[in-house]
Amino acid sequence: MKELKLMKGNEALAEAAIRAGCDAYFGYPITPQSEVLEYLAKEAHARTGMVVLQAESEIASINMIYGAAGTGKKVMTSSSSPGISLMQEGLSYIACAELPCLIVNVVRAGPGLGTIQPSQSDYFQAVKGGGHGDYRLIVLAPSTIQEMVDHTKLGFELAFKWRNPVMILTDGALGQMMEKVELFPHIERKFELLPWATTGKTKDRERSIITSLHIQPEKMQETNLHLQRKYRSIEKEEIRFESRNCEEADVILLAFGLVARICKKAADLAAEKGIKVGVFRPITLFPFPYEEINRIADNARIFLTVEMNAGQMLEDVKLAVNGKLPVEFIGRMGGIIPTPEEILNRIVEINEGVTV
Amino acid sequence: MNERRMLSDNHYEDVIAEESVCISDNLVYDRPETLTSTPMHYCPGCGHGVAHRLIAEVIEELDIQDKTIGVAPVGCAVFAYNYFNIDMTEAAHGRASAVATGIKRVLPEKYVFSYQGDGDLAAIGTGETIHTCNRGENILIIFINNGIYGMTGGQMAPTTLVGMKSTTTPMGRDVHDMGYPLKITELIAQLPGVYYCTRVAVNSPNHVRKAKKAIYNGFKYQELKKGLSFVEIVTNCPSNWKMTPVESNKWLEENMLPFYPLGDLKVPQKEN
Ligand SMILES: Cc1ncc(C[n+]2csc(CCOP(=O)(O)OP(=O)(O)O)c2C)c(N)n1
Ligand code: SF4
Ligand SMILES: [Mg+2]
Repeated sequence: MKELKLMKGNEALAEAAIRAGCDAYFGYPITPQSEVLEYLAKEAHARTGMVVLQAESEIASINMIYGAAGTGKKVMTSSSSPGISLMQEGLSYIACAELPCLIVNVVRAGPGLGTIQPSQSDYFQAVKGGGHGDYRLIVLAPSTIQEMVDHTKLGFELAFKWRNPVMILTDGALGQMMEKVELFPHIERKFELLPWATTGKTKDRERSIITSLHIQPEKMQETNLHLQRKYRSIEKEEIRFESRNCEEADVILLAFGLVARICKKAADLAAEKGIKVGVFRPITLFPFPYEEINRIADNARIFLTVEMNAGQMLEDVKLAVNGKLPVEFIGRMGGIIPTPEEILNRIVEINEGVTV
Repeated sequence: MNERRMLSDNHYEDVIAEESVCISDNLVYDRPETLTSTPMHYCPGCGHGVAHRLIAEVIEELDIQDKTIGVAPVGCAVFAYNYFNIDMTEAAHGRASAVATGIKRVLPEKYVFSYQGDGDLAAIGTGETIHTCNRGENILIIFINNGIYGMTGGQMAPTTLVGMKSTTTPMGRDVHDMGYPLKITELIAQLPGVYYCTRVAVNSPNHVRKAKKAIYNGFKYQELKKGLSFVEIVTNCPSNWKMTPVESNKWLEENMLPFYPLGDLKVPQKEN
């Protein structure tokens, strides 16, 4: 029987983590995501024995994740923008040491302390590396609370499949709002001894060492090349997107996360006016669906990218389009969510050949 | 060994050929199973090597090699995992105690220790150190206090003595500019989560014996799930102190130990 529930985004995500068999959560409070830690503190340990620890800072949380992930356990943390900035050094170590873990960024508007209102302004940080060195996170961008739930499960699967940190890049609105979700059944917590993990050196195996240090340039280059080969494989196998009416559209809206839903609404309003509007939504932001975007650019007249930032995914869309057609942009910042009407107005302008 | 020297001969691992050191004529005592045969990169006379050996001996004597996970710092001991024949994680600078917390929380039946220098533990990692100790994590922290940043080439550490010269205090540490040396071990000893807190040294045979006992206690208390054990080892850095090993051990005795007196700061209370 389906298990349907009305849940707040952050709580649904926390519930999904418990059900996905998460072994440990380390985190530090920050609005708009503190409910994740609170929900887990209340529910998790009693139900599954999962470890839940409030750390003294995001720097401590991510380094606890580094240690715990190194044992092969399923571990996660969550935070919001300023806290995620503090985690960047740790994420760089984790990516280099190839440790599986799940990081959730419930984005709020920056820069600086910014505001607690929703934003998508951490796109660059999430998909281009974020910390020092050449590395990538696998980045999932849910647009519904259902997807917050599903991506939590998927995130752990991808993290272990690729031995790579996975980030769920969501925003304060999705974290705070309530929607109906279908919860997946509990996956039992089980501990598998992984050959690379630090679990205590037994006589039958070499010692496991988790490190990101390779002092000889040749070795460090080899480590980098290995990571790059892995990222190329991830690009081949893991691209996910949603494409709605993009084949016959004149105008195609491109957006990720919550904004894609607003774009769908705008597209429906445009359809009532007889304008053919498609909506393209990358679900994985790394790997990014460059090829598919390039392909749908063959049939459309113009692209309109909509984001809650100053134009970050826009750069990847332009790379994908490679000059085939004009790419327009609407960007709202500071915690303001674009409305379907303002998107519609722009669609109408564009359709009449007026570009700003 | 300092990083700048590594830069100039970064194939140092090959430079010290194993054969030239490990010949039977030189054999005075054997290597515990818990140390690898990799020649250590530490400068001659450096206390890090002695501290490593003591930890390895204790792990062997307690027969817990298969249950022990170590956390290496960023500092001269960054390559500790090349020498200990146990599972190890190399932490970011200052974060070793948080990394150890993560490991211990998911593997509570294992023995976990961090090994950290003074810059690592008492400057950049002060927050993690205090909070790990305050939570009473059931781990052992080994704190190597040599009063200097060894790895980066002899800059001032939080523990550098007043008047002591370093590359960033060329006229000697001036308290008006740099404050006083931080006795973090005395601070740690105040925290209720800390079960055992002691200060030892490895500059003489007698001190080495006591240091080993302290490390042994730390692992033993962990087995008994007593909470956090904190063992400070006052050591030398002949290279950056710009002394011979013998001079450095004498200087340590005459200058470091009066300010960092050896002995227990917190011992287990008798349980009724
Ligand atoms: C974030 C960061 N900052 C600075 C450094 C450079 N660094 C490496 S080791 C070190 C100091 C080490 O001194 P200490 O902890 O006392 O260890 P020792 O080498 O003396 O044993 C510093 C500053 C670094 N690796 N990472
Ligand atoms: S003597 Fe100093 S520089 Fe050399 S290995 Fe020891 S702590 Fe490092
Ligand atoms: Mg030092």
